[in-house]
Amino acid sequence: MERSTTKMMISTTTTGFSTAPIYAVGVEFDSARDLYHAAEKVRDAGYKRWDTFSPFPIHGMDTAMGLPKSWLSALVFIGGLTGFSTAAFMEFGASSFLYPLIVDAKPTNLMTIPAFFPIMFELTILFSALTATFGMLALNGLPRWNHPLFNWDRFKKVTEDKFYIAIEATDEKFSLEETRQFLQSLGGSHITVIHHDE
Amino acid sequence: MDSATLSAEEQKLVRPPLVLNKRTMGWISSYVSTIVESKTPRWWFISIAITSSIALLTPLMLCYLVATGVGVWGNNSPVFWAWDITNFVFWIGIGHAGTLISAILFITRQKWRTSINRAAEAMTLFAVVCAGIYPMFHVGRIWKVYFLAPVPNSNGIWQNFRSPLLWDVFAVSTYFTVSVLFWYTGLIPDLATLRDRCTTKIKKFIYGIMALGWRGGNRQWRHYEMAYILLAGLSTPLVLSVHSVVSFDFATSVIPGWHATIFPPYFVAGAIFGGFAMVLTIMLPARAIYPQLHDMITPGHINKMAKVILLTGSIVGYAYLMELFIAWYGANPYERAAFWYRAFGPYWWAYACMMFCNVVSPQVFWFKWCRTNVYAVFIVCMFVNAGMWFERFVIIATTLARDFLPSSWGLFHPTIVDILTFIGTFGLFTTLFLLFVRFLPMICMFEVKAVLPEANPHYGEEHH
Repeated sequence: MERSTTKMMISTTTTGFSTAPIYAVGVEFDSARDLYHAAEKVRDAGYKRWDTFSPFPIHGMDTAMGLPKSWLSALVFIGGLTGFSTAAFMEFGASSFLYPLIVDAKPTNLMTIPAFFPIMFELTILFSALTATFGMLALNGLPRWNHPLFNWDRFKKVTEDKFYIAIEATDEKFSLEETRQFLQSLGGSHITVIHHDE
Repeated sequence: MDSATLSAEEQKLVRPPLVLNKRTMGWISSYVSTIVESKTPRWWFISIAITSSIALLTPLMLCYLVATGVGVWGNNSPVFWAWDITNFVFWIGIGHAGTLISAILFITRQKWRTSINRAAEAMTLFAVVCAGIYPMFHVGRIWKVYFLAPVPNSNGIWQNFRSPLLWDVFAVSTYFTVSVLFWYTGLIPDLATLRDRCTTKIKKFIYGIMALGWRGGNRQWRHYEMAYILLAGLSTPLVLSVHSVVSFDFATSVIPGWHATIFPPYFVAGAIFGGFAMVLTIMLPARAIYPQLHDMITPGHINKMAKVILLTGSIVGYAYLMELFIAWYGANPYERAAFWYRAFGPYWWAYACMMFCNVVSPQVFWFKWCRTNVYAVFIVCMFVNAGMWFERFVIIATTLARDFLPSSWGLFHPTIVDILTFIGTFGLFTTLFLLFVRFLPMICMFEVKAVLPEANPHYGEEHH
């Protein structure tokens, strides 16, 4: 549902269910370069709850948005440690206590750790990789069925060749009129008020 | 900097573009997606009818094997490991090139990998699927295969965790799982592209679920990129470990010809060598069928892959010669005899095939003409595919056929069941690949877009 609102100073469209609360105001750009410079301005204007959208990860965008390094790596480190200790408990639990199996007259304790190591290595990798994938999804709030941004028809191009900025209505600095004017000053096009689902 | 403003000398230093003909981002999306979206072409139906019929041979033969008994295979004293383990090592080795392209070339920032990594990773998965069949059925009683997993059971028996065969179980299952995760993580943004381009409700629903709600926000990309580089960093030691562990199956035994410290690096180099040949074997026909892929899979890509084949083929050749040297220098009569029988024993023809296909044939890639001529590359790749199978056959069958006691010597004769099971796995492999080409984006669109010059946020600005 898309319609022009002519009574406002800036030509803007709204999308989604106009009776539902506003989710964000969005703007479209044509190139990674324009998006990058616009992002620097949004960051400097002091907005906190906003995001840039692009068909591919843009090099340096974290700095342009003022975002810190992803802490997924810390999760993965914990995942790796879990995998390592799981393997250690599983192997020594079974081979040293539950079912001591003496092969080639070798003891079944820590003295033969080199032969136990390959499985510890594999499970370290396995648990780390599972944490990396599912941790990434969890940090991104995925999977989810729908999102208010998908009410915006033009947003479909985000996976093709267009670039967007959306400032959310829950941001402390957000005010519909000012934010809209601010986005207008960034040089993008198709400024749109995006509503939640009803 | 625009290349038009450079002098002739500087022009030579500019790297050739990764995507030819100045294609735009929109072109990449629409071209790659169109392969998936357009009406199913007739050649696809014909090909999949053939390949899936061939693929049926494997389950049929396996049913016959389980119903009748392991005697339907040619494995017998002294060659207890025969085609099943040969084929297992052959297929698992092929998978390694996919992980090398997707992980090792990623962390070494080889941007040219972007257009081939998706298909190469898919190839990895399908090869590991084919590989996994063999050890499962080689255990003899497939219905007891869960004994490989350390689960409490009423017998109170636990696995021997110090056995390379159990290491192999963990290495291969980890490898498969991590490859699936890596592949799917890479697919998410491209599935979102397909979702956003969909016209029918059913497709939108399916691709929408598969894309997991991806929105392409930078707050998502930053975790995504971290996950991707971590997966690449984890896959790198993993891929080296998998074939090392496979080689431990042989190297930790005391059989002459197997008990060698050179095995892990030699197996890994061989795996990459054979895998790159298989990547080219499936990419060259795909490129011929979809001519516009030529702008993304350029002659430069084929040239680089041919160079990898030349390098790894030469490493493999070095390993073969080093094995012979150590057999002589080690002065162990059994070791010397094992290699003498490899080269001049009853399986001399397999050894000669291996030497010719793996060591001699890739040497033509010293010439640029051969590296850039698709027909020459394809023919050499076929030789390499065959050569790598012979390598595993030589390692397994010739070694076991003549062990310490001449009284227990014997040759291996494959049965029709052995042969049809193996042919069937090629059908399975190609069927899975055809399904992949039809329903998923063959090229990693978002990564190819990211290596276009205009993807740089400072594109067109003055250099500081």
